[in-house]
Amino acid sequence: MIAELLNSTALPIILVGAMVGIASSAVGTFLVLRGNSMLSDAISHSIVFGIVIVWILTKQQSGPVQLIGAALTGLLTVFLTEALANTKRVKQDAAIGLVFPALFSIGVLLLNIYAHDVHIDTHTVLLGEIGFVWLDTVELFGLPIPQALVSMSVMTLINYAFIGLFYKELKLATFDPALAKTFGFMPTILFYVLLMLTSSTAVAAFDAVGAVLFIAFAIVPASAAYLLTDRLWMMFVIGALISIASSISGYFLAVHFNVSIGGMMAVMTGVFLILAFLFGPRYGLMTQVLKRRRARQAPVEPPATM
Amino acid sequence: MSWLDLLTDYTFQNVVIGASLLGLISGPLGCFAVLRRQSLLGDAISHAALPGICLSFIITGSRDIGGIMIGALVTGSLAALLMLLLTRKSRLKTDAGLGVCLSLFFAVGIVLLTYIQGTSNASQGGLEAFLFGQAAATLRSDLWVMGGVTLVTLSLLAAFWKQAKLVTFDAEYARTLGMPTTAIEATLTAMVALAVVVGLQMVGVILMAAMIVAPAAAARQWSRHLGSMLAIAAGVGIVSGVSGATISTLSRGLATGPLIVLTATIIVLLSLALAPNRGLLWGIVKHYRQKAELQKRQLLYTLYKHPTRPATRRSTLSARLTLARLKRQGYLIRSQGEAGWGLTATGQAKARQVVATFEEVAP
Repeated sequence: MIAELLNSTALPIILVGAMVGIASSAVGTFLVLRGNSMLSDAISHSIVFGIVIVWILTKQQSGPVQLIGAALTGLLTVFLTEALANTKRVKQDAAIGLVFPALFSIGVLLLNIYAHDVHIDTHTVLLGEIGFVWLDTVELFGLPIPQALVSMSVMTLINYAFIGLFYKELKLATFDPALAKTFGFMPTILFYVLLMLTSSTAVAAFDAVGAVLFIAFAIVPASAAYLLTDRLWMMFVIGALISIASSISGYFLAVHFNVSIGGMMAVMTGVFLILAFLFGPRYGLMTQVLKRRRARQAPVEPPATM
Repeated sequence: MSWLDLLTDYTFQNVVIGASLLGLISGPLGCFAVLRRQSLLGDAISHAALPGICLSFIITGSRDIGGIMIGALVTGSLAALLMLLLTRKSRLKTDAGLGVCLSLFFAVGIVLLTYIQGTSNASQGGLEAFLFGQAAATLRSDLWVMGGVTLVTLSLLAAFWKQAKLVTFDAEYARTLGMPTTAIEATLTAMVALAVVVGLQMVGVILMAAMIVAPAAAARQWSRHLGSMLAIAAGVGIVSGVSGATISTLSRGLATGPLIVLTATIIVLLSLALAPNRGLLWGIVKHYRQKAELQKRQLLYTLYKHPTRPATRRSTLSARLTLARLKRQGYLIRSQGEAGWGLTATGQAKARQVVATFEEVAP
């Protein structure tokens, strides 16, 4: 039964999509809360540089070496951005806008040079090949499991293990960095580890959804969750649920219209965000409008009905 | 290919003119974006141009640059509007708003792109090239459109120059004067979208962000005045555009967009290091000058106060260098005495000054 399901193409693709969403939104939640969402943009672009460099050095396109390389590239991106901003000659946002296009350009040029003997082309960089994840499988427990599903599951586990272990520290460092520092929680180091995990997740998700769509999976479910709840743990739950729902609906819509599966999944996360923005129970646009109208009518009604 | 052949080459001429136009428009408009701390909005707008490009292709069925530019302008502006709506009407912050708009519009673009590829329209080939730009495919007619957009945009900027300047530096004050600040800010943002549209052909939607930020960031180092900053940014944009395009043509096969972006980045780094007053290199030079001056005073002070204590024994390299410098300046002479060094008459006078200032500070 399970083997049959895994042999079909739909289930592996949906599972990989959901896993990409769950792993990315876990780290994305902290980026959204800290106001560093655009770092996911910078990291997802500059890991192209990291992937090409690691490939040139080790001839490995995936696996643990690439994940470590990605983590280092992510650190390099953030380090260069901070170094530029610390000169006080350019602002933080301009520094981000200078660093990642430069790294991305070097990556693309290296791809140009080594184009004839490397499998990663600019097309894959942008779109990913989630439709083909079921082609590349490994044998686990006697079942053919897609390679991408294994790597995404491992990334999800690592991300949630880190969040679980340092939940209290991360929470305080996110909402009150000054207090976290006085407690000796080292918020800066926590943040850097978080960014390394973001980069590694981006590389693991890279084959499936490409560089740019990763931003959607990291930021959009987390943003939608932020519009729906005030509790940190709820944000992870909602983020994961939106990822799963987007993966399922995105897959079937994409198959129906014969379009990019990864792209459609990302679009679906956006649909859920718009829904949360419009109809969220506490912060939604409709709720606010209704609340305002009720407040305007309130003095006319007797207070007993309130 | 020799230089003469290169200069008369039709494709090369087109690429160079296109790259210059891109620099001319993205430099000045980038200045406003960078000064208003909206550098990354350019990134979001340029990614959001992709669905517009695809929609225009679906509607018109051709890769006519006019239609594609209109499509890109429309979706780029829509993304900026959605960003404003999300950040004003919900509790999402600017960075999340930008990230959401950027990734969602791009995702829609990817979906439309694959939809077009699925319909297997014969003329769809090369639509993907808008991701990275396709400088070599630039036609003369494209250049007229790009030139027209550049001219209109820059004239518009000149027409409401005073208002744009005030809104950029002091929006509150502009509001108290009764200026329509929101409209002016919206216009400045829409003009960034226009710059993005001109760059589509040359560097593509993904690297366009750098063409907004880099020339402006470089120009900011050289100038304290908005007018000259804009002019320098335009110059930096043109230089990086033309040199990137030239390297790409000479190297055969290296993409133009990344080369233009890397040239611009190198100019930014040079500006950060070398620009007068703000340059980091001058800061370092100044630091070492001050250090040398302090050491000189300390030595003069010591020699004046303790003329018999030997000065060269166990002295560090920098102390030796300072001694040599003081000798060259005529303050010191080598003496046969126990100290090994003695003050000259001018040295005595200088040392008295130094002692006076030292003791005035710390009696």
